[in-house]
Amino acid sequence: MIARGKVHKYGDNVDTDVIIPARYLNTADMQELAKHCMEDIDIDFAKNVQKGDIMVGQANFGCGSSREHAPAAIKASGISCVIAKTFARIFYRNAINIGLPIIECEEAADKISAGDDVEIDFETGVITNHTKGETYQGQSFPDFLINIIDSNGLLNSLK
Amino acid sequence: MAMTMTQKILAAHAGLDSVKAGQLIMADLDLVLGNDVTSPVAINEFNKAGFSDIFDKNKVTMVMDHFAPNKDIKAAAQCKQCRDFCGKYDIVNFFDVGDMGIEHALLPEKGLVAPGDCVIGADSHTCTYGALGAFSTGIGSTDMCAGMAKGKTWFKVPSAIKFNIVGKLPKYSAAKDVILHIIGMIGVDGALYKSMEFSGEGLVNLSMEDRLCMANMAIEAGAKNGIFAVDSVTLDYIKDKVNRDYKIYEADADAEYEAEYTIDLSQIKPTVAFPHLPENTKTFDEIGDVVIDQVVIGSCTNGRIEDLRCAAEILKDKHIAKNVRCIVIPATQKVYMQAMKEGLLEIFINAGCAVSTPTCGPCLGGHMGILAKGERAVATTNRNFVGRMGHPESEVYLASPYVAAASAVAGKIAQPSQL
Repeated sequence: MIARGKVHKYGDNVDTDVIIPARYLNTADMQELAKHCMEDIDIDFAKNVQKGDIMVGQANFGCGSSREHAPAAIKASGISCVIAKTFARIFYRNAINIGLPIIECEEAADKISAGDDVEIDFETGVITNHTKGETYQGQSFPDFLINIIDSNGLLNSLK
Repeated sequence: MAMTMTQKILAAHAGLDSVKAGQLIMADLDLVLGNDVTSPVAINEFNKAGFSDIFDKNKVTMVMDHFAPNKDIKAAAQCKQCRDFCGKYDIVNFFDVGDMGIEHALLPEKGLVAPGDCVIGADSHTCTYGALGAFSTGIGSTDMCAGMAKGKTWFKVPSAIKFNIVGKLPKYSAAKDVILHIIGMIGVDGALYKSMEFSGEGLVNLSMEDRLCMANMAIEAGAKNGIFAVDSVTLDYIKDKVNRDYKIYEADADAEYEAEYTIDLSQIKPTVAFPHLPENTKTFDEIGDVVIDQVVIGSCTNGRIEDLRCAAEILKDKHIAKNVRCIVIPATQKVYMQAMKEGLLEIFINAGCAVSTPTCGPCLGGHMGILAKGERAVATTNRNFVGRMGHPESEVYLASPYVAAASAVAGKIAQPSQL
């Protein structure tokens, strides 16, 4: 599986309250939530994001609440992959469970700039930055998790 | 192979003799929890996946606490969806307005968690129950759905950081100050993917309410779970609450820890976490005049009876400052009733505070005390992220009930000794 798109870049500790503020959690309609994704730190994100775009964070991405609405809103906004140095553990599980591809790579998180054209190969964990002409080796998933991802989420893998 | 307390509980629930850090296991669950925000997503997935029943009607629980009593029509629809689902599957422990409380205060009070249990909850503060010597961790709605259907979930076995507790807290220092101090020391990702294990000779000086407060905020250091060694304080707390078998697990003496810290309670000072991360902690020698607009005393971190007693001790025969709103939210109906019997509610109301029925409400910026642009709140809650209690340009300062109450009186961030 391959993802490719333009990068939206953020800093350390992007928390689930800024990914999707709790004031919108009176609905479980993810398309509705996508309209407010990231708005407290990037008011124009929902307007600017294109289908297939890549989100890049730094350390501890997705910290805070267990709300699955956070990765789901990112996915519904059109983002095809999130790259970060590290992910908070509940966000990590939730992203895999709902089928939002994520990948940990310190070098990519450091070197990729906002607006870069970036491609991720999930089989190999190789991240290619077409704008800068660089490649970075991300961490590929253990087989156990590849099974969940290949099944398109946890619930399908249980069937 | 030597194991930590968490590893022993996970091994037992996976039917294995031993496990090691990094191992992927499938574990049996003793309790699966959801609230009115996370359960609707789980229910939608449950129906979409075509599951025909839940694994055990006594081991699934839903608590309507986040946007309840219903804050608007959409919130009402979410609670109704949970109510209908719990009715359809005959879920015993469904807690609705009138008998609900904030989930992580309610479940221990109801005796639904026992030492040695393996618990998941679709709420990040599910780590609270580690106070009772259980393995308990937050997960998302899809995991909740699978847990409800199968009674099992997968875990990666965590490594651990050990906190050796010694000494006794000084007057006006609280468990909240201890956990804020620890988060300030190790950072918001200091325990990422790991367990925080609390043990040591000073544990006996921390009440169950202190431990619940500390375990509650393990997630704010990124931890998978926080867990306390079981002792006489634990057994005393559960004796008239838990009426089923349970098992006490102890860490092996030679268990491996990634790091070990000694926390001397006698050195803990009143501590405040400044915006916008719980790790931005300061003690009062570093805090100048910070004028405030609102105080919130409550939440799954600090809404228990001992917390209200601390706040009342400060607010007795005083009045809160002009231009400050102080909102007191007992975490459960039992806490509310006890506070009423002890005359605490009268103290709060005489001091000019609003007293609310249990709800998570303002902690997550849901309702019951939302901040306007530029406003500042001192709160006994657990998160001070951007926009957490309202407008993205409002600010939340995390503190103990003592500091929150003193701040309400002073109109600025203050500790009791400054009044």
